[in-house]
Amino acid sequence: MIPAPFDYVAPTTVDDAVRALADAGEDAKVIAGGQSLLPVLRMRLAAPTKLIDLGRVAELRGIREEGGHVVIGAMTTHYEIQRDPVVDTHLRLLRLATDTVADPQVRHRGTLGGALAHADPAGDLAAPVLAMDAEFVLCGMDGRRTVPAAEFFVDYFTTALRPDEIVVEVRLPKLTGWHAHYEKFNRVAQAWSIVGVAACLRVDGGVIAEARVGLTNMGSVPLRATEVEAALVGHPATAATVRAAAAHAAEGTSPAADGNADREYRQHLARVLTDRALTAAAGV
Amino acid sequence: MRITVSVDGTAYTDDVEPRLLLVHYLRDKLGKVGTVVGCDTSNCGACTVHVDGHSVKSCSMLAVQADGREVTTIEGLARDGKLHPVQQAFHDNHALQCGFCTPGMIMQAIDLLADHPDPDEETVRSGMEGNLCRCTGYQNIVRAVRDAAGRMRPGAGPEAERVEQRSAQLSGGE
Ligand SMILES: Cc1cc2nc3c(=O)[nH]c(=O)nc-3n(C[C@H](O)[C@H](O)[C@H](O)COP(=O)(O)OP(=O)(O)OC[C@H]3O[C@@H](n4cnc5c(N)ncnc54)[C@H](O)[C@@H]3O)c2cc1C
Ligand code: FES
Ligand code: FES
Repeated sequence: MIPAPFDYVAPTTVDDAVRALADAGEDAKVIAGGQSLLPVLRMRLAAPTKLIDLGRVAELRGIREEGGHVVIGAMTTHYEIQRDPVVDTHLRLLRLATDTVADPQVRHRGTLGGALAHADPAGDLAAPVLAMDAEFVLCGMDGRRTVPAAEFFVDYFTTALRPDEIVVEVRLPKLTGWHAHYEKFNRVAQAWSIVGVAACLRVDGGVIAEARVGLTNMGSVPLRATEVEAALVGHPATAATVRAAAAHAAEGTSPAADGNADREYRQHLARVLTDRALTAAAGV
Repeated sequence: MRITVSVDGTAYTDDVEPRLLLVHYLRDKLGKVGTVVGCDTSNCGACTVHVDGHSVKSCSMLAVQADGREVTTIEGLARDGKLHPVQQAFHDNHALQCGFCTPGMIMQAIDLLADHPDPDEETVRSGMEGNLCRCTGYQNIVRAVRDAAGRMRPGAGPEAERVEQRSAQLSGGE
């Protein structure tokens, strides 16, 4: 099928993009890589009257280091992130999770900002950025504001973005030297996570000094497995520690039931995948 | 909206509706019907083309987004009646049954070989993950991609045409 008609603009600055969005009102949408939006438009599940294409806004693209942070422009593609040496060195978890997103063609077009703004609970990048304590820089008519990842994701497909705001960039604290792994469970090629677990650990002298664990598709928003994190910190990086901690992975979660998995099975997966993710990350 | 796009080496300028998908621009406006549409959900990869040297699903991009860019389709690969080495490898390895997925498979295979000139089987399978074959002829597709790698070394992708000439020279000299 083909999308319903819409007007189209391709601004070249963030300010022009925000103004276009504010002027166009409720029925406008921004398009980034289009890898989630265009299928939706083709199936006529949405029919915005105006599309504001961020693809020509150069300032939204690219990866830079800023002291203890790596800052990634919203329009940076999955493919660019996969191949960036700064990301690989300081944000290994993001690189590993990005490797599992969709397929090469989709990764050539799809963007970090688009994937996060889409806020699909099965999306693979939200739990990692939550686990990495990322901050989102948003821009609207009232200027810029910074929102922590924990406040950005509000509900199914719903974020803290106001109608006139776009994601400008994502700021991630460097986790240099941390051990990381993203464990994704799905059944067929190019599929979304039934459940996914993002884990990263800082190990000091054989002891887990810091631990972050994020869960994909275990609720309406990405979650931190805080009980697991608490059970890891201060303990030796061993298989026994990992096994004991992973048993807490589903605590406090109420995942949705769907054609792929019911609630209990998702909770089972969360425990098993957390064990696998931590085992791989810690190398135990 | 007016766009100028280079397709298979020729520049085209056209007025298009913003909602026109790149694949429909290629097929309906330019007559490049070698690129096909297999699904509504961006899953099948049959519509794969290269934009500025990277594979994309042309059903998941607007024609207006291709303004100023360089597009290569399956129709732009052969030279002087001679198939591109990946096309030839698909032919020689019987890597098609009904052939519907083939244009997309070949375009993705060329992209894959640009990043991985000598892929093992696992690399081929994950690199072709975005392309579905309804006839499920995956074994021979994987075989063809690895065979093509051997014919094209070193490198492929944007360099493919030059490599194609080089491999023609090489096989001519044997
Ligand atoms: C076949 C297929 C398989 C996939 N598999 C996976 C998978 O396994 N895991 C996974 O995580 N994802 C998967 N995806 C989705 C992929 O990651 C998309 O790239 C991503 O969800 C959307 O990014 P985009 O840049 O294409 O955004 P678009 O599709 O352009 O936009 C998505 C939404 O975000 C909004 N938006 C985009 N950018 C901004 C911005 N800067 N500010 C404010 N709002 C914005 C848009 O208005 C729209 O509502 C898959 C997609 C396809 C087609
Ligand atoms: S037609 Fe483009 S992915 Fe199926
Ligand atoms: S050969 Fe028939 S779809 Fe692949």
